[in-house]
Amino acid sequence: MNFDKDLDARGLNCPLPILRTKKALAEIGAGQVLKITATDPGAVKDMAAFAKQTGNELLSSAEAGGEYVFFMKKK
Amino acid sequence: MSKKLAIIATKGTLDWAYPPFILASTAAALGYEVEVFFTFYGLSLLQKDVSGLKVSPLGNPAMPMKMPFGPDWFKKINWNIPNAIMSIVPGFENLATVLMKQTIKNNGVASIEELRELSQEAEVRFVACQMTVELFGFDHSQFIGGVEFAGAAKFFEFAGEADVTLFI
Repeated sequence: MNFDKDLDARGLNCPLPILRTKKALAEIGAGQVLKITATDPGAVKDMAAFAKQTGNELLSSAEAGGEYVFFMKKK
Repeated sequence: MSKKLAIIATKGTLDWAYPPFILASTAAALGYEVEVFFTFYGLSLLQKDVSGLKVSPLGNPAMPMKMPFGPDWFKKINWNIPNAIMSIVPGFENLATVLMKQTIKNNGVASIEELRELSQEAEVRFVACQMTVELFGFDHSQFIGGVEFAGAAKFFEFAGEADVTLFI
């Protein structure tokens, strides 16, 4: 998937992946896509909850080899 | 209009320092307007220097005592040390604090300073209880910048309109 910004949140635990995501989204424009890579299993539900509450769109959420990759489109 | 979260932070130990800052910073990231009212021992969390925050295994019977180093099988052992022994061994609290800090670091959990800074960057408001500041002999200069000093009425001014209110 194409993306405009890449956020490496590996090794970070709650609530840092969410806080960094919020910050990274502030640095891109509306409609642009942020790719987030995390290792915190809690991030799976958290990213979905973050998207739901902030109105940003979680385009995909996938796990591969102990890493979680999310694509989020800024509102 | 954004949702509002009001928190009262009353505890001053390292373990209890986390919930107010984690919840405040996360809520701010979700778009909440957040105010945290620090009172009694919670005032310690606003001091410039929070390196002295400690965790006590005493009175925390559910706290796991695990070693943050060594091979996996060793880290998994829960050292079941009776409270009576913990209480008479000098420096046990310091030891528990060192182990807790190492565990926090090993797990990629942010430090209190970092979460506090992130909260302030996200415009979380910190209010310190002026009555307890005087009661415990604190001086305003001991606290970080950006803290307001006020009383219970100030808390209710915000909490009365809040969607979520937590006492921690």
